[in-house]
Amino acid sequence: MNNEKYESVFTSVFNVDKEVLNENFTFKAVDEWDSFLHLTLISELEDAFDVLFESEDILNFGGYENGKKILEKYGVDFGE
Amino acid sequence: MGNLLEGKVAVVTGSARGIGREIAELFAKEGADVVVNDVRSGSADQWIGESEFKDRLHPFYFDISDSSEVRKNIMDIKKQLGHIDILVNNAAVEFNELIGMISSENMEKMFRVNVFGTIEMIQAVSRVMGRNENGGSIINISSMVGLRGNPGQMVYSATKGAVIALTKTAAKELAPKKIRVNSIAPGLTKTEMMDQADIEKLQGRINNISMGRIAMPADIAGGCLLLACDYAAYISGQVLPVDGCTIM
Repeated sequence: MNNEKYESVFTSVFNVDKEVLNENFTFKAVDEWDSFLHLTLISELEDAFDVLFESEDILNFGGYENGKKILEKYGVDFGE
Repeated sequence: MGNLLEGKVAVVTGSARGIGREIAELFAKEGADVVVNDVRSGSADQWIGESEFKDRLHPFYFDISDSSEVRKNIMDIKKQLGHIDILVNNAAVEFNELIGMISSENMEKMFRVNVFGTIEMIQAVSRVMGRNENGGSIINISSMVGLRGNPGQMVYSATKGAVIALTKTAAKELAPKKIRVNSIAPGLTKTEMMDQADIEKLQGRINNISMGRIAMPADIAGGCLLLACDYAAYISGQVLPVDGCTIM
């Protein structure tokens, strides 16, 4: 369920199909991923998972897979 | 009892006593659920227990200058009360020292609480507040000395000047999320700390107040209510002096 929720935030924010969401979907590789979309993504994820990210985690939230590891620090389980 | 804040959730920092307590009580009287924050654990329990509005007053004791504590408590408040509509950054420390006698320890403590703590609270609360359909209102308590200066208060006035500056920037940055950010700048105000002051020495300053008296905490709370309620929906980025028309 958390995987689907996470995936859904990305497809909604970036307006992409879920098939493109993998370890290559990163801030550096995706042209559309600018600072505005980054903050939108953070806000949507905080809302979806009811968390408040630390500033360092917002800065380091640089990719689809890496983001899962950061969310796990806040108690979100992706191993379902 | 009114209903200007009915259905709203407010967080008031440094509200165990003085101006903060007055703000918390007035907001509860006007229908809000109010988070009473202070760094000293249990320091507001007695007056909350004796208040007519105790069911709407919720103590949360944490240090606003500790970002981890702030984040944890803001999320706990959201989980417990559902949303946050109003934040009053009232917590502050004040040491009055003449130039040449300013201690590093007091200087750092004033900036840590008055400026960094205010920023920590705005950072965390605005992210929760921004999820509200109608945003919210942030009120930063500054001071007239932050606008005009005062002998013996170089550091304190600098922290309050910083609060005024950050208010204006936060107002611009948070406006798209419908979050209003304003500041109340109290003039000379009667608090518990002033009970120990020499009234004769204060008289000179009181003589400069056109209204002929110092502010009571209720005067400051009234200004906060004005900026917190929906009637102020188009007011943001402003500094409102509540000083009885003081001529400094």
